[in-house]
Amino acid sequence: MTVAPVEAPPSPPREDKRWRQVDVKIRRLGARPDGLIEVLHTVQEVFGFLDDDALGYVSEALGVPPSRVLGVATFYSHFVRKPQGLHTCVVCMGTACYINGASAIFERLHGTLGIDAGGTTPDGRVSLLRARCLGACSMAPAVVVDDEVHGRMSPDGIEQMLEAL
Amino acid sequence: MTEMGGATPARRRRQEPLIPDGPVRASADVCQAAGCLSMQSDAVFESLCERVTACGLTDVAVRRVGCLGLCAAGPLVAVPERERLFDHVTAGDDASLDAVVTALSGGEGGRPIASDPFFSHQVKVVLEHCGRIDPERVEDYVAAGGYEALTKVVTTMTPAEVLAEVTHSGLRGRGGAGYPTGLKWTTVAKADSADGKYVVCNGDEGDPGAFMDRSVLESSPQQVLEGMAIAGYAVGASHGYVYVRAEYPLAVKRLTTAIRQAERAGLLGQRVADSSFSFEVQLRIGAGAFVCGEETALIASIEGGRGTPRPRPPYPAASGLWGKPTLINNVETFSSVAAIINRGAAWYQAIGTGRSRGTKVFALAGSVVNTGLIEVPLGLSLREIVFDIGGGLPGGGRFKAVQTGGPSGGCMPEELLDMPVSYESLAEAGSIMGSGGMIVMDQGTCMVDVAKFFMDFCREESCGKCVPCRVGTTQMHGLLDRITRGLASREDLAELEDLAGMVRETSLCGLGQGAPNPVFSTLRYFRDEYLAHIDDRVCPAGVCKIEPAEAVAPVAEASR
Repeated sequence: MTVAPVEAPPSPPREDKRWRQVDVKIRRLGARPDGLIEVLHTVQEVFGFLDDDALGYVSEALGVPPSRVLGVATFYSHFVRKPQGLHTCVVCMGTACYINGASAIFERLHGTLGIDAGGTTPDGRVSLLRARCLGACSMAPAVVVDDEVHGRMSPDGIEQMLEAL
Repeated sequence: MTEMGGATPARRRRQEPLIPDGPVRASADVCQAAGCLSMQSDAVFESLCERVTACGLTDVAVRRVGCLGLCAAGPLVAVPERERLFDHVTAGDDASLDAVVTALSGGEGGRPIASDPFFSHQVKVVLEHCGRIDPERVEDYVAAGGYEALTKVVTTMTPAEVLAEVTHSGLRGRGGAGYPTGLKWTTVAKADSADGKYVVCNGDEGDPGAFMDRSVLESSPQQVLEGMAIAGYAVGASHGYVYVRAEYPLAVKRLTTAIRQAERAGLLGQRVADSSFSFEVQLRIGAGAFVCGEETALIASIEGGRGTPRPRPPYPAASGLWGKPTLINNVETFSSVAAIINRGAAWYQAIGTGRSRGTKVFALAGSVVNTGLIEVPLGLSLREIVFDIGGGLPGGGRFKAVQTGGPSGGCMPEELLDMPVSYESLAEAGSIMGSGGMIVMDQGTCMVDVAKFFMDFCREESCGKCVPCRVGTTQMHGLLDRITRGLASREDLAELEDLAGMVRETSLCGLGQGAPNPVFSTLRYFRDEYLAHIDDRVCPAGVCKIEPAEAVAPVAEASR
């Protein structure tokens, strides 16, 4: 059985300059299969989520079977498979936040935004997420709005904050 | 990527710390750990720099430092020369800034650190440099005595001597299980491997309610790297990995900086401190899976796969990363090593109680006044931790329980407050030391609801590989849910206990084996609360939403 000689690296699925950032990461990791999670992190940072085209490209570039790439992308809760809203709102549900009223905060958002955890409002404005623990326990309950941590939050406080975005 | 607090489109130049050329009369150390940063302590730092410059104080420093511990009262500024701590300092509050400047120029003000019970009961070994150095400047760490231990080890000690020192110190794994560190190191050192061994630092701090490792990584990252390099020398490894969870972006950033700076300074990489020993460290970022804190799952994740555990043996010490002998320790364990080498095993051994030697860092949170990060000698009582250091419960709340060990731990009631905290005593009380999260709960917390909370966590975080954990946690959660809704019978409770025992005995890894612990411990100490939900259909704490009486009969019917 003959194996085709190693070809030039695969080309990105779309014309988009942002793929260069992904390619740099792949090169820096030596295009090795064990760099899969690191590369997926970069793809998500650059594009905001992991679509099928991106997974296919990563699979080819690292020489990892597509099934394994999909397996990894769906195993870890940090990776998302659909586009996120303009703003993200992450409610921490760690122990300290939970006993200090995180559920009430989440329920309020669930009610006013009309979406579940992992959902995005129909107008694409806000995505609502739940976190296991952000390690911001000393400021419980904590909510992260667009990468900024806000401690000692209340249902009213977060509602006002989201309105002001 | 969004810039933190980036109101102006053009990136502002980062304010450099003010460090006088000559002798320093006093310095204002502004906390820049995640807690205080979320309260805009970076703006406090800039305002203080401006003020000090405007006042013409040329012999005082303004520096960025790591976690000062008392997160509840942030943003924090310390003036170490005056032994004063200033709390709630805000950039917009002139009075709070003036108070710091007054102290810098010799005046009074602030909280005295030495007599404050929050600080006076603590013994800092792991946190020795936290809040005292700039975590993004290797020169600060070196000036504080950093890398002296590594230099001593690679130039004057044999690996066997290092192993003996760590063994004699009595240090045990601070990730939770408490396995003797010296024994683990010796096992890896003895393992033969022609093509290399690995040292892995477990920074996948997934326990909800725990933030010790985050604070250490954000405040003194070089200390962790130094401990790893010493371990590498002792066990014969020249490659290391630090695995940090993605939820800690600041820790990732500071570690990246620390690795680069240490390599440039010749303290990591090829020929460490001009010796023949080489040690390279790479960073791996998790992606949100609690199970990756389990060592075999963590290895699978570093290798780029799904983070599922595998049966042990073989233990990673024999066959770990890429099948090579691998030493895995937690952030806090590695952070204890340099001090042990510097001050000697006997010194470390003298701290602690029974078979639990040394100090332990705890993250104090929940219904307690002084939430924050503390380090105490093992053997201190829960009462001293919660009431003396923690300052008791806020707003006159009454103590109900303290939870340790996260989803694998337990809740300890008031009767056990005088119990000394050690690996053995906690296990006897039905909990575990765990990584160090300590959540204080008041009378407004329902213990059945807490058990349900942890079971929900385990159910969602179960990797699904073994049946007892995957199915058992879901079934236990279902039963707990019925209890909290007032729909359960005594038979349901018996079934819950049966199932909990089965899951504990038969699960593949620590996640499943530990998952029933919150149920067992709340049943042991708060059984009356379970019975109130079942027999009287009442939640004594008023947390659970009991279904109306008419809903009970049809549901009970349907479940048959």
